[in-house]
Amino acid sequence: MNEVTLVGLMLYLAALGELIAEKAGVLNLGVEGMMAVGGVAAFWSGTEFGNPLIGLLIAGIAGGLLALVHGLVAVVMGADQVVSGLALTILGLGMSAFLGQDYVSLPAVPQFGALPLGPLKDLRIVGPIVFNQSWLAWVAVGLGISTWFVLERTRVGLGLRAVGESAATADAAGQSVVVTRVAAVVAGGVLAGFGGAYLTLNLAKGWTEGVTAGRGWIAVALVIFGAWRPGRTAVGALLFGGLLALEPRLQTFGVEISPILISMLPYVITIGVLTAFSIQARHRPSAAPAAIGRAYRREER
Amino acid sequence: MSSPPAVELTNIWKRFPGVIANAGAELRVQPGTVHAVLGENGAGKTTLMNVLAGVYRPDEGTVLLDGVEHVFGSPADALDAGVAMVHQEFRLIPTFTVAENVALGSAPPVLRRREIEEQVADLAKRFGLQTDPRREVWHLSMGERQRVEILKALWRDATILILDEPTAVLTPAEANELGRIVAAMAADGRSIIFISHKLDEVTRFCDEATVLRGGATVAASLPVSSLDAPTLAELMVGESTLVSQRRVRNNPADPDQPVLSVRHMTVHDIHGIATVDDVSLEIGSGEIVGIAGVAGNGQRPLADAIAGLATPTQGSVRLEGDELGGAGPNVRTDAGLSYVPEDRIGVGLAPRLSVTENAMMRTYRTMGAGPMVDFGDARRHCEQLIDEFNVKTGGLDAPIAGLSGGNLQRLLVGRELATSPKALVAAQPTRGLDVQGVAAIQEVLVAQAEAGLGILLISEDLEELLALSDRILVMREGRIVAEFDAETATRAMVGEAMAGSASKREPA
Repeated sequence: MNEVTLVGLMLYLAALGELIAEKAGVLNLGVEGMMAVGGVAAFWSGTEFGNPLIGLLIAGIAGGLLALVHGLVAVVMGADQVVSGLALTILGLGMSAFLGQDYVSLPAVPQFGALPLGPLKDLRIVGPIVFNQSWLAWVAVGLGISTWFVLERTRVGLGLRAVGESAATADAAGQSVVVTRVAAVVAGGVLAGFGGAYLTLNLAKGWTEGVTAGRGWIAVALVIFGAWRPGRTAVGALLFGGLLALEPRLQTFGVEISPILISMLPYVITIGVLTAFSIQARHRPSAAPAAIGRAYRREER
Repeated sequence: MSSPPAVELTNIWKRFPGVIANAGAELRVQPGTVHAVLGENGAGKTTLMNVLAGVYRPDEGTVLLDGVEHVFGSPADALDAGVAMVHQEFRLIPTFTVAENVALGSAPPVLRRREIEEQVADLAKRFGLQTDPRREVWHLSMGERQRVEILKALWRDATILILDEPTAVLTPAEANELGRIVAAMAADGRSIIFISHKLDEVTRFCDEATVLRGGATVAASLPVSSLDAPTLAELMVGESTLVSQRRVRNNPADPDQPVLSVRHMTVHDIHGIATVDDVSLEIGSGEIVGIAGVAGNGQRPLADAIAGLATPTQGSVRLEGDELGGAGPNVRTDAGLSYVPEDRIGVGLAPRLSVTENAMMRTYRTMGAGPMVDFGDARRHCEQLIDEFNVKTGGLDAPIAGLSGGNLQRLLVGRELATSPKALVAAQPTRGLDVQGVAAIQEVLVAQAEAGLGILLISEDLEELLALSDRILVMREGRIVAEFDAETATRAMVGEAMAGSASKREPA
């Protein structure tokens, strides 16, 4: 059971980052690449300094830097966001494979320890599942809540959402579209890097090429599943995390379902949710930020 | 004069490539008054207001507010100086609440929703604006959205408020409501600039009026009491040099042989508002029926629905008696209905495709065998079109994006006529074209009508409608509110019906 929350929280960190970028109107399909680079950066610095916190910070910086490329290409220069994002994934996977050559099959490094919560941990059933998490898990929960707070309850969030809904309107109201979007994309990259760090330090406990194994794409799907809301995305993260954790175990349980079918499920569910949204969208505006994917250029006649 | 005017624009010039939008325009607005700016489409009203609101920088001229000169680099600068503009297209975020839209750009670092909502409600109450700060904007009617725009300006404490044709999207009741709000704001010491071309509103809501023509001011700060319809028409249009020359047709229209008939058509937009409301019309063989109306009164959804690009909620379209029902554009083309849409580029033509590819869009299905397209055939077809309609191109394979507006439209009209249709819907076919372009398109339309084509001509250009049509129908708020025989109708008569003072459907 512990693995469900472990996988779920890793997905959640990356999805939360994508959510922030998308709320500002920038689709970043480079999550898989940013996670891979974050993962290798965390593993390298974790080994080097023997401290998971430093690993986490370096992973965040690496993810943020890679995201900055997307920000420059897709936001500042206004290139196609889909193309730039896909390029970022390929670049990130390639870079991480290259940089990680020497770390393959190295022994595990210090991981994020559990946050001591005293007697809570010994509660029946709930204890080991909910209160026996690493402190990074609690950071993820905190990040989710603060993301919600910033988006919904602060001037910064209001401006960010406005940029993602209608860049021209936000611009007219004095909100800088380019600065907001680049900042959101970089913040998203930092969180994807965190997700990668969690993956190599706590979950896979090592680095191999392709260790991300499509989890970045699941994070992108999660944002849609969560209807661009931090809370609902958290629910989705646990659900998808459960499916991913289940996959390798099925056979041991003797269940005759192909694990490939299970790994398809998150995407199938996402397609279902998308369909439901588009039906709903006939009666009300779509849950997706209206300006997503669209570059903004201020125009004079 | 004790205090300087709130706004003083002097000798404003603004040129765009190929167009002089403002040629020495002047405007003087006294504090605490409602000032009308009048003029025809293209008279330079909106450009002048955009100069005042910081959207455009004037090429020449000065902007004085309360006697102090200002140079605005952006709309934000103008807003800081107290000038706010409510554009015709609202700048609101549909998924935000009213309060969020109002606070955007000047919100405190941490939003206390309840508090902001209360403040917005208080502000709204002070000026008699009815609104619910907690509602999301997409629920609201156009009138309510406009009130949110006004609230935005008041929230920023704008002392000069520009309303660009504010009543164009409003129902009469909402327009009256707006009149009260404007009066309340003026009583509060603010200056309101009210752009309009409806005389009755100007006399009811405004104190003074400035009239623009051809980018220059032809009458400054007239008291509205001195205005009447003939004076105003003369000021706006100029000497009667523009009186329409009716294009005489040899072959008279035959209204008894209807080619296109629309019965009780109603179209709803995505918000469930009826943009076309129970419209019926009939076009005879060789007849040109004009649709007049202020922009946004349902002309476009009507044209789209007839052409099969929008689905009416009710009503039927018949072509020579055959019901077209829910048929798509392809079937309609085959049946003999053609469409020259308002958006030439985008709906009518694909800008990046070549001249040949654009020319074959209606006929490609008959070129070549099976799935193959015979491009030789397509080029011959295209050459014929270019020749017949005198289109100047940079080669058959060049993207059409490089063509001038007149050539684009000749290509589009030519393509739509090449299928030998029985009826044609032409929406704003000459808008934005130069004099020769306009003449060329008008000649084609008249020649086609002579040959028996029934044409529905939708235009904002009254001269064009009076010159070309047999009958003119006036659309307002989605309905046909008046019908005129184009031979005896005058600008004033049609204009009055467009503006809303006449609502009788007189026999043609």
